[in-house]
Amino acid sequence: MGKLGPEAETPVLTGAKIVAAVKRAGVSHVLSVPDLHTAKGLLTPIRSDPALTLIRTCKEDETLGIAAGLNYGDKRALILIQYTGFLYSMNAIRAMACEHKLPICMMIGLLGKEPEVAPQDSAKFGVRILEPILDVLGIKRLLIDSDEDVDGISTAIEHAYTSSEPVAFLIARKPI
Amino acid sequence: MMNRRVALERLKTLINDEIVVATYSTASDWIEIFDRPLNFFSFGAMGLASSHGLGLAIARPERKVLVLDGDGSLLMNLGTLVTIAAAAPKNLVHMVWKNGSYEANGGHPIPQQSVDFAAMARAAGIKNVYYADNLESFEAAVRQSLSGDGPSFIEIEIEQGPLGPRSYKDMYKASRRKALREALQA
Repeated sequence: MGKLGPEAETPVLTGAKIVAAVKRAGVSHVLSVPDLHTAKGLLTPIRSDPALTLIRTCKEDETLGIAAGLNYGDKRALILIQYTGFLYSMNAIRAMACEHKLPICMMIGLLGKEPEVAPQDSAKFGVRILEPILDVLGIKRLLIDSDEDVDGISTAIEHAYTSSEPVAFLIARKPI
Repeated sequence: MMNRRVALERLKTLINDEIVVATYSTASDWIEIFDRPLNFFSFGAMGLASSHGLGLAIARPERKVLVLDGDGSLLMNLGTLVTIAAAAPKNLVHMVWKNGSYEANGGHPIPQQSVDFAAMARAAGIKNVYYADNLESFEAAVRQSLSGDGPSFIEIEIEQGPLGPRSYKDMYKASRRKALREALQA
């Protein structure tokens, strides 16, 4: 991702489009600790959507345990957390997503990532290390930086469930 | 104070088609006492048994879900009490088996022996909270939890059991998780 020219339009990421994509993939439950990056544009529409049940947790690793239980009970879940919560939950991710190969679908807000800068080039250490960590874990990732990227969400969630493997969506831009 | 195996033998007589989520030492005893497809052995990340149970309870509201948690495990995830109280699944029964030690990890004590889990559960907003330190009060709490709407929480005072190492290998076999899925779809 390079710098845009001054004449280029600023890309937009629309929370409602993400919510629609998640629902198209059959997700019924969203497990979340609020993240400033996605709180307004994503969590707010989710909490008012009657087709989604929002389960608020106190810490992010709880979401992994709950998602696993929902999966064994044949329900689809999306985990919505900040990258700091992802880092906090590493052992639960290691166990449930990687070793037990459950279809853990994580939407991770990259709070503080600079616009038009790739995560690996961010000045924020926590943002910069995220993609290499996912690669080491063997977790597929999609960078969601504009509405153009949203179309891939449904397909990726569907694939996660049919192949029983985790997936991470990195929310690079604050959804509106 | 009770012997855990004796209490689990009693629990076996009280349940039918409930899902049982168990962890560490209690899971080791439970699998020897009542090996069945509807058991789920909480894996990988200590403290998350109740989170697994919560997910199962929400997904399958027609069945009671019993979580056999440990005191050391629950201390790793105390926020779960608030999460469960807020989600308020009527079919979840969360038991904490309190022996004051990390029995599965060599028997070292938990940081504070006098911790009052029942009070914590009550303060978190769990609907029904029970305390049991003998077989009679244990059976009464289980019967009430199974017959009424929850969520329910039972603090159970037990003696420390045999120290490890105990094998968890068989417990975490993929075939057990497959059997649970099949039992839930039947």
